[in-house]
Amino acid sequence: MKNLVALLSLLLLSFGVAASESVELQKAHIDLSNNASLQRGAKHFVTYCLGCHSIKHIRYLRIALDTGVDQKMMLKDIAPEGASIYDQLHSAMNKHDAEKWFGTQPPDLSLIARSRGADWIYSYLKSYYIDPKSPRGVNNLVFEDTAMPNPLWQLQGEQYAEPKKTIWGEYTKLVLKERGTLSEGEFDMFVNDLVNFLVYVSEPVQLERQRIGKYVIFFIFMFTVVAYLLKKEYWKDVD
Amino acid sequence: MKRSRITECNEWILKRFPLAKLWNEHMTHYYAPKNFNFWYFFGSLALLVLVNQILTGIFLTMNYKPDAKLAFDSVEYIMRDVNWGWLIRYMHSTGSSAFFIVVYLHMFRGLLYGSFKHPRELIWIFGMLLFVALMAEAFMGYLLPWGQMSYWGAQVIISLFSAIPVIGDDLSLWLRGDYVVSDATLNRFFAFHVIAVPLALVMLVFLHIVALHEVGSNNPDGIEIKERKDPWGHPIDGIPFHPYYTVKDLVGVGVFLLFFATVIFYMPEMGGYFLEHANFIPADPMKTPEHIAPVWYFTPFYAILRAIPDKFAGVIGMGGAIVVLFLLPWLDRSPVKSIRYRGGIYKKALCLFVISFLALGYLGTQPATPTATVFARIFTTIYFGFFMLMPIYTRWEKTKPVPTRLTKAHSLEEQLHTLEEQLPALIEEITEVKKPAGDEIGHAAFKSSFFTRRPRPKGIINVISRLAKKAKGSLD
Amino acid sequence: MNNKGVDQSKRQFLTSALTVVGAVGTGYLAVPFLAQMQPSVKAMAAGAPVEVDLSKMEPGQLIRVAWRGKPVWILNRTPEVLETLKTLDDELRDPLSQESIQPESSKNPARSIKPEIFVAVGLCTHLGCSPTFRPEIAPHDLGEKWKGGFFCPCHGSWFDLAGRVYRGVPAPTNLEIPPYRYITDTLLIVGEEEASA
Repeated sequence: MKNLVALLSLLLLSFGVAASESVELQKAHIDLSNNASLQRGAKHFVTYCLGCHSIKHIRYLRIALDTGVDQKMMLKDIAPEGASIYDQLHSAMNKHDAEKWFGTQPPDLSLIARSRGADWIYSYLKSYYIDPKSPRGVNNLVFEDTAMPNPLWQLQGEQYAEPKKTIWGEYTKLVLKERGTLSEGEFDMFVNDLVNFLVYVSEPVQLERQRIGKYVIFFIFMFTVVAYLLKKEYWKDVD
Repeated sequence: MKRSRITECNEWILKRFPLAKLWNEHMTHYYAPKNFNFWYFFGSLALLVLVNQILTGIFLTMNYKPDAKLAFDSVEYIMRDVNWGWLIRYMHSTGSSAFFIVVYLHMFRGLLYGSFKHPRELIWIFGMLLFVALMAEAFMGYLLPWGQMSYWGAQVIISLFSAIPVIGDDLSLWLRGDYVVSDATLNRFFAFHVIAVPLALVMLVFLHIVALHEVGSNNPDGIEIKERKDPWGHPIDGIPFHPYYTVKDLVGVGVFLLFFATVIFYMPEMGGYFLEHANFIPADPMKTPEHIAPVWYFTPFYAILRAIPDKFAGVIGMGGAIVVLFLLPWLDRSPVKSIRYRGGIYKKALCLFVISFLALGYLGTQPATPTATVFARIFTTIYFGFFMLMPIYTRWEKTKPVPTRLTKAHSLEEQLHTLEEQLPALIEEITEVKKPAGDEIGHAAFKSSFFTRRPRPKGIINVISRLAKKAKGSLD
Repeated sequence: MNNKGVDQSKRQFLTSALTVVGAVGTGYLAVPFLAQMQPSVKAMAAGAPVEVDLSKMEPGQLIRVAWRGKPVWILNRTPEVLETLKTLDDELRDPLSQESIQPESSKNPARSIKPEIFVAVGLCTHLGCSPTFRPEIAPHDLGEKWKGGFFCPCHGSWFDLAGRVYRGVPAPTNLEIPPYRYITDTLLIVGEEEASA
């Protein structure tokens, strides 16, 4: 028995070590009930991302309904010129051109928050740095040699990677050397809104299902209580 | 007048269809042992989940497109554009995991109380066939969303068949209908998943239940209740399935649905176990995900596959892990059925088996590092050891005398009642009174005796060692 | 077994209570399943209003557009046709469109907002075939009485050029007029009703 416990603890330890190798991600603050943030995120997405990335699984109409924007305002303020409220968020970019320019097609981002997770996207968008060795001149700490150029560099400014040493080991720190048009706090909020929007888009029904869930569970609970009373009543017969 | 019309109509049907006879035979006059415990809920729950899967499956089929170009998008279409499509899809995806949870617990019940032993060997065989059909159903269903995990999982599993000597390569080619998993594979898996295998499942469930009702249910004591009958020919220790077990199972259904609904509405991905993260990326035949793992319910068998360092032997090992379960009725030589009257060796062996099954399940979800492989080999050995050594240790171990009548089942209520009685003494033992530290601020409830106490290490150690002794005692 | 002293009324009550709760639950569960067979958002998007440009239409010309997947006809009627329409009332089943489906703005003898532009759903009110456009007068196959109109090849229903059904044919009512309105003088939108104000 003792040996078994020792074995099991060893096992757990060995996986713990293996799991902690990658870069530590920064935490995004996701709040899907924050309509203002979602609206800002949608606007940011259309301005900075939709040029290359589509979100083909959602329509402007759905975003308008879910985030409480008037449909006319949606078309005027957020959606690009000429879009219809029923349109999905298609990108205007030609796929062949994209392949030529980036070596790969920019993926559709409908489900990126479900495959990568909010924290990953948040950290990724904040982790670009100037890297003269890379063919693009920039690199990313979270996703090395990423094919995507930094679309937000004018907002963020220029970051450089600096190796740091601490008693726990070496790591790379990103230092902002040239300020962009947004302050650091503003930029964090900008990226956070964008990530919040992507999380919403990955499963638009999230808030709705959590709302309905309460009633369903309450109802099933009532059912169980009545069923239990009935069972108790009948089982009086059985000694 | 009115009464006679309805009666006439009833009689017309009953003369032509044995509805009342069937109802009586399988419900009101089917006598089940009266001491079923918690473990006996999972049979009816499995039936409930099967109904759920068929019902939600039918409605998913209305919008799903079994075409490599359209499949992924059609699933997202169901999730977003179809009215309530998300609910039906989550009911189906959660249902598949729930199915395996329920079925694994149902099978474990069989191991606990020897439900596979004479005269129920055939029930066990039908049950095992159900399990195999269920795995096929789940495996083929998992390809349908056409995500990265769907695709590469299917690629890996079908390649297993190529390990079979001589015919292997042709066989896997034939299964896929293409050189890689492709549209052809998706389309045929769809056909199997929605028609062929469900039909087989329903038929096997029918056979499973017919066989069960012929010999009667086993029970936690492993006693044949049919051996002792009252003057009217009913088993003394039996009670009619309806109404007693129908009302009891309804409670089980309620509790199960509470869990089921919680997962559907609050954690449909279950942290990436029920819906894997990589499956939200469309299938890409050019790029394998960094780490592929099957869905959780296959991982124990997958870990066995990876633990064996030879392709063909690995496949044999994985298949053997399932085949060996079929042989269980003949591997077990113990004269008693229930674990209650077996000796300590079977209890320990079963305990080790469960640990190794869970550990293999965990290892199967993790990358195959050298350490992980070593552990997987140890647990694989235990897994097979449990079965291979069973003819020896079950015959050799000393069993306890089996009573002739059922022992009383301790209902949950009674157990709660005992716990309630013992609780004050227990709290008294594991805590001690804090020294009064002046006036405490806060609600009156927090000033009650419970909150003025603090943990007492010695008492806690005492209680733990007592529990450990009790656990050890129950293993002997 | 011990059946003595059983409170039958309590059992009856609890059984009924559980049946009611179960039935309500099943009812609620049925809603999503039934609702999922309703048109999805995609179908509704395809059913979005369509704009039609009338500026290039010749007199007498018929164009077809798809709205909600149905054919919608837009016919530019000549003054002669409009004259003929006024003479047909006796041969029609519902000349004033009392029993037929049309927006309020088209509930007039010509069945249109502007008399010359006729808009209708091109599906026969009998069993849903799409009638053919036969503007010629007294053709060989339809005989002397044909004054130009729509003829349904499936079951032989006759409609005039205002979509009004003749007497003695299978179709029960006039052709349906979809909601539509003019954005500008030559730009029409099918699927949106004129503001009631």
